[in-house]
Amino acid sequence: MSDHTSGTGGPPATLDDPHLQPLAKNPKRMEALAALSMLVGMAGFVGFIVVYWVDASNEWEALTLGVGMLGLGVGVIAWGKYLMPQGPFVEERHDFHSTDDERSAFNAAVTGRGGLEVTRRKTLLGIFAVGGGLMTLALLIPGVRSLGPKPAKSEDNQGPTDVSLFTTNWKKGSKLVTVGGRPVQVDDLEVGGVLTVFPQGFEGSSPDQVILIRLAQLGPNDPPYPIAAPGRTEWGVQGYVAYSKLCTHLGCPVGLYQEKTQQLVCPCHQSIFDVNAGCIPQFGPAPRPLPQLPITVDPTGQMRANGSFDQAVGPGFWERP
Amino acid sequence: MIDKSLNWLDDRLGFAKGGRSFLDKIFPDHWSFMLGEIALYSFVVLLGTGVFLSFFYVPSAHEIVYHGSYVPLRGQHVSEAYGSTVGLSFDVRSGLLMRQAHHWAADIFLGAIAVHMARVFFTGAFRKPREFNWIVGVLMLILGILNGFLGYSLPDDLVSGTGIRIAYSITESVPVVGSYLAFFLFGGNFPGSGVIIPRFFIIHVLIIPAILVGLLAAHLGLLVKQKHTQFAGRGKTEKNVVGSPMFPTFIAKTTGFLFMSTGVIFLLGGFAQINAIWQFGQYEPYQISYAVQPDWYMGWLDGAARIMPSWEWVGWGHTIPLEVFLPAAVFPGLIFAILMAWPFIESVHTKDHEYHNLLDRPRDRPKRTAAGAAMLTLLFGVFFASSTDVMANFFQLPLMDVLWFFRFFVPLAPFVAYFLTYKICNEMREAEGIGKRKHALVVERSAEGEYTTTESPVRPGDEHVELDAIPVPTFIDTSDPELATAAGVRRVIR
Repeated sequence: MSDHTSGTGGPPATLDDPHLQPLAKNPKRMEALAALSMLVGMAGFVGFIVVYWVDASNEWEALTLGVGMLGLGVGVIAWGKYLMPQGPFVEERHDFHSTDDERSAFNAAVTGRGGLEVTRRKTLLGIFAVGGGLMTLALLIPGVRSLGPKPAKSEDNQGPTDVSLFTTNWKKGSKLVTVGGRPVQVDDLEVGGVLTVFPQGFEGSSPDQVILIRLAQLGPNDPPYPIAAPGRTEWGVQGYVAYSKLCTHLGCPVGLYQEKTQQLVCPCHQSIFDVNAGCIPQFGPAPRPLPQLPITVDPTGQMRANGSFDQAVGPGFWERP
Repeated sequence: MIDKSLNWLDDRLGFAKGGRSFLDKIFPDHWSFMLGEIALYSFVVLLGTGVFLSFFYVPSAHEIVYHGSYVPLRGQHVSEAYGSTVGLSFDVRSGLLMRQAHHWAADIFLGAIAVHMARVFFTGAFRKPREFNWIVGVLMLILGILNGFLGYSLPDDLVSGTGIRIAYSITESVPVVGSYLAFFLFGGNFPGSGVIIPRFFIIHVLIIPAILVGLLAAHLGLLVKQKHTQFAGRGKTEKNVVGSPMFPTFIAKTTGFLFMSTGVIFLLGGFAQINAIWQFGQYEPYQISYAVQPDWYMGWLDGAARIMPSWEWVGWGHTIPLEVFLPAAVFPGLIFAILMAWPFIESVHTKDHEYHNLLDRPRDRPKRTAAGAAMLTLLFGVFFASSTDVMANFFQLPLMDVLWFFRFFVPLAPFVAYFLTYKICNEMREAEGIGKRKHALVVERSAEGEYTTTESPVRPGDEHVELDAIPVPTFIDTSDPELATAAGVRRVIR
């Protein structure tokens, strides 16, 4: 028994030591309450098993499980807080750091023993360091480079859209189709109507998404578009204009068209583009106008692209001129 | 019996030597020390529910036709990731509960970390020797935010897909190497070659959790080694810790708290719908939804991106999208750098290189408290800026006005917050009798009309006087049979 007294703790105590008394004024009652709470918890878990068995809803599962856990939890906490020795107890902090002797012994090993090797074998150490660096580099190259293709360098590089940020699949003559592949006819949209279109064969493609807007009811002999951006008088047709739907801020689809104010609004970060002025950004974080797609109508009434975009679509990046 | 088993174990593990002092380890009793426990226990729920989800989720962009029990989606072309997430919600029993509990646990995990961190900051618990643990904590916060984003991106629904698109564009915005980073990460131009979901998945379920578990072990290991901080008070000094012992009191309380935390998370998971991806639909890059906000811990970055002016830099044949790079990469980088460096910034500023085990009252360190208030004002400012559209609708204000308000509020309000907090702290410190226990005063008027003021006697039930702390007794004498069986009958000692 004498072993018990030679621990790290304080002097032995008898059971009537006030520190060992529970905090509860009426421990018997508290014990009953804690037991009741845990029993409710047990009922909860049994309930969960039943609820699962009969395949009731998630709400019932959550209710039974929650009641189970809370009941058990409250009971255990009541036990710990009100029925266990109330204390308070104290623990001394010892000096956190090592003694000066221990430190100097350790430091001597590092600087002395180790330092000696370093000064003696400078060349070896240098080669080892370079070798270690080379190993890291060698392993990093496949770890990074193998992950994906290199982005195509510039607009001259007409790579496919999956490896180039500059190109899209729009070409002169591309049919405008809906995401379902239905070709778009010139009388498909009412004034104020909008439609998301793709070049035929690339339905649903991210960089190719274009928003087609009918701004006015104009015939084949009218000017193509009532208010055109400078230098782009021929880019619309019969009251239609088409713009890249990729926001120039962070690439969200610019999906909100407000007919009254002739604005396109990006729902992500509220950039606003002025449709009447070549979709220049009027407000918000977007830095550049939405690129415009020149469009035309063929003799059968089918809407077609009259060329590609004159610049990269979507958000900015380093290689963009 | 127990003695025997313990001896058998000690023969093989030798834990009794150090184990006793571990059982006697003292935990200070203060409610604010529970905040970190909430984070710990929601992490436990995250691991458990996450393992469950991983048995059913398929990390693949491969297109399938949905045939599950959710009628509106039947016959639609969806990705395996989306289809399996809807499937585990509706066709796996308890699946929806587990998924929603997982999502709630993530939100609570990061909330608890943030509040815990504020507690540590405002009470100066990060000071020497605990700087490393502060840094470990900040690292866990960063990884937690990142993993939260990755996790809610996995279902491949319309909302999360938009988030992935934004992440692509942010990666792309890094000067010089941005498009390379984005191409390597996604396997090409957005949406990439179908690799992003499986890559996010393995980072979300393996890489970051493994690092988090390691950091958590370091966090708790350092906590044990360096011992707890405590607030000043009766018998509490820089040289001791006063409170409850690890065994049995703290173990009981904390186990109960584990059950309560998980209970609340599961109740939320069953009753509070979260991330109803079947309503959003499969992600398509040309579709978008209105008034969509990310999970709360991403809101500050979204808000920063919203209020940033459109300052794109173009020159010498190159573009630097500063309107993206500054708010989405530089801003969070700076915030986290300041957080990590704070213990050192402060000790250089105060020239205080002593050990600190007693916590500060926030008002006693007006500059630190004011700096913290300024930081919180900044972060809450950008956080609320992430709902400019919702606010404009709600308050019937023009969107532009709301945005302009935040463009001024976010950079200016922190200065106001600093100034006000600094003033309030100083006024509180100078107030008479602050921090002292107040006694009721009784004012009496005598028959002559003379007023006298006397301190009231102690109210009944208020006479509790705390005992002086003693070391945990090495040995409790249970030989008196009367005392042993009557254990728990309260002695009237005070």
